Amino acid sequence: MRRQVRNLMAALAVTIALPAMAQEPQSGGTLNVVIQPEPPGLMIGLLQNAPTQMVAGDIYESLLRYDTDLNPHPGLAKEWSISEDGLTYTFKLHEGVKFHDGEEFTSEDVKFSIDVFLRETHPRLRTSLEHLESIETPDPYTVVFKLKNPFGPFLGLFEPGTAPMIPKHVYEGTDFASNPANNTPIGTGPFKFDEWEKGSYIHLVKNEDYYLEGKPYLDDIYYHVIPDAASRSVAYETGRVDVLPGGSIENFDVPRIKEMENTCITDKGWELFGPLAWMWVNHDNPPLDDLKVRQAIMHAVDREFSRDALWNGLGKVATGPVSSSTRFYSDATPDISYDPEKAKALLEESSYNGETIRLLGLPYGETWQRWAEAVKQNLAEIGMDVEIVASDVAGWNQKVSDRDYDLAFTYLYQYGDPALGVARNYFSDNAEKGSPWNNVANYQNPEIDEMFEEAALMVSPEDREKAYAEIQDIIVSDAPNIWLLELGFPTISRCNIHDPVTTAIGVNDSFRDTWIEQ
Amino acid sequence: MTRFILGRLVKSVFILLAILILNFFLIHAAPGDPAAVMAGEAGAADEKFLADLRTKFGLDQPLYVQLWIYLKGAVQLDLGFSFRQQMPVADLIWDRLPATLLLTGAAFVLSLVMGVIAGVAASARQGTWGDTVISTLALLFYATPLFWVALMAVVVFSVWLGWLPGFGFETIGAGYTGFARALDIGKHLILPATTLGLFFMAIYTRMTRASMLEVSRLDFVKTARAKGLSRGVIQRRHVLRNALLPVITLAGLQAGQVFGGAVLTETVFAWPGIGRLMFEAINQRDYNVILGVFFVSAAMVLLFNLITDVIYVFVDPRIRLTE
Repeated sequence: MRRQVRNLMAALAVTIALPAMAQEPQSGGTLNVVIQPEPPGLMIGLLQNAPTQMVAGDIYESLLRYDTDLNPHPGLAKEWSISEDGLTYTFKLHEGVKFHDGEEFTSEDVKFSIDVFLRETHPRLRTSLEHLESIETPDPYTVVFKLKNPFGPFLGLFEPGTAPMIPKHVYEGTDFASNPANNTPIGTGPFKFDEWEKGSYIHLVKNEDYYLEGKPYLDDIYYHVIPDAASRSVAYETGRVDVLPGGSIENFDVPRIKEMENTCITDKGWELFGPLAWMWVNHDNPPLDDLKVRQAIMHAVDREFSRDALWNGLGKVATGPVSSSTRFYSDATPDISYDPEKAKALLEESSYNGETIRLLGLPYGETWQRWAEAVKQNLAEIGMDVEIVASDVAGWNQKVSDRDYDLAFTYLYQYGDPALGVARNYFSDNAEKGSPWNNVANYQNPEIDEMFEEAALMVSPEDREKAYAEIQDIIVSDAPNIWLLELGFPTISRCNIHDPVTTAIGVNDSFRDTWIEQ
Repeated sequence: MTRFILGRLVKSVFILLAILILNFFLIHAAPGDPAAVMAGEAGAADEKFLADLRTKFGLDQPLYVQLWIYLKGAVQLDLGFSFRQQMPVADLIWDRLPATLLLTGAAFVLSLVMGVIAGVAASARQGTWGDTVISTLALLFYATPLFWVALMAVVVFSVWLGWLPGFGFETIGAGYTGFARALDIGKHLILPATTLGLFFMAIYTRMTRASMLEVSRLDFVKTARAKGLSRGVIQRRHVLRNALLPVITLAGLQAGQVFGGAVLTETVFAWPGIGRLMFEAINQRDYNVILGVFFVSAAMVLLFNLITDVIYVFVDPRIRLTE
């Protein structure tokens, strides 16, 4: 017996997170968007960095889309169902969807993408696929995923950055990494690749054969490559570009740009990623293995100040390891708020003896540098001696991977579910050196390991909610890292550009619903 | 002359090889490698992913093997493959080189012509207010950091006045062709070329002025004056020609520095040139691209030094080239 758990809203399928649509969308126009840094390539199945995801999100699609509350909506799949035991997921695909080279998109492409291509190339998805038993394709428009065990976050995997649909007829039997088609990406998305003038721009044009009648509205999109942050704000001020995706300009420029005429700003579109900034704490280096020292640091850091002074009031003060937009977030965790007096008292009781603490800043621009300085100041106030270590991106990667630091700034995505984007940072056996995204702090707690493993495999969301609340409570008490802010990256655009951001992945999704009021 | 040039070219090959080897070790001494950077940008990677990348890049080989493979290619003018950009390095550089040559060429001509004219004008009016204005401006441009000049130029001419485009190589999406396109690129060229040229313009001005004044005190100039030659003729034929030697030396140096200043100017003005390519490649530890750009720029320096030496002969017949 199968129960239709979610057979969602065929009627609402066309638009997601329905915006306040007083007006009919108009067709036509060119969208000019800033991209930075220049992506290394656009084949999203091979490359996972942020700029690639942003551009390739227009070209490639996945089975589902997610609204800003992370509810799944139809993408290439028009409906889906989950068996009662949580082991079988059946997707019905849209019929008549074509790749940009004219070939039809079918269930075979889904099977090839997930089971062959991405299993080989996509480290993040590969981890989740360990729960997958098999994929069946009973007919061209039906895909059945059979799991080995229930896996709570499974329905959250189908955004274009995690599970893009790759054309089987182009890639089957080839060496994926060196396939010449990587330079002329072919997806099912609302926009087609046209031209890439390296160092200058990437041009995408409307997919006239898109499966949704009337969409996309835009004629074409130019992604402008502008390496200097100040020049990017000038590009907006002089009217050369109309959309500044989150993080494209320095934070101190945001208030000025925001005041410009016909300028709208939103911090929506990051819910799936839930970028959470924190400081890694190296548990290998005494006295940081002392809980009291970590708690002292926790209470010494003024998060509200950094949000207001450095991040223009955007974003939220973090309360623990899970972002508030991520599923199963719990706010019933021990208090970690700013309290210098308490911090001083804790440090007094601890094993700290005036050692110099090395703080590794994140080399992502001015705001992060200032942030490291603010933390240094905060810690000096409670009597801790901090030395800021500078590096470039490659050096930062190496230092964090080698655990050559005491405190290190970072921020990571959570992908909507603690099992996808949170657990990896706290699992004991995920603490091997060599990667900056695993348990870099070397936090060891067997109880937490077990609880995380169980919570990921629970079928009912209510059970998961309870389990994760407990996990968050324990982790915050252990204070393995110093959580700082849920970052708010504002997307700035001209107000006559409607719906630049409609889903939980913001500009990384396609501009298929975006239109320009002429 | 031919023998001199051939000899220098042969020497250059060895110098280039030495530079390549030195650069190779310098780059590999920096922390981090391209695999880690690419994984870093992806925000997630497992051991297998990193190991695969390193194997693909050849980074799992001992360093001397990597060097040997690179040098073997380089002597056949094969600069290797950029795994990050998925293109042969030679193609990448070839695509970007014209933009840089246009920018630095324009800056070079601008600074040399304007600098010499300003220097001559200042020396002719020594001690007057005109001299003071030119000298002060030259000092100002000499002392002001390039990036600040660039940003101010953008703020004034692009944001406030709206006269000139503040960045980019051409108007994207305008679809200009032929003369209209050349004009469009020319407009985009003005701010970056001026920015890049100002510093050297200042140097040429000061140097030409000082050199002119020095030469005009020499005996043969007095003789010329006694012969009753006009002031203009003396300045042009007797003074300027002799005063130019130090300026040429410096111009040779500037021409060799094609890429140094261009890194900053190209970044600020989003100019799709080779300086930016190098800067990005360094950040991404894209070893082959870095080495390739160093190779090309080192070759340029050697070439311009040679050209400078040859030009000396034409300007001053007293100079002889010997091996």
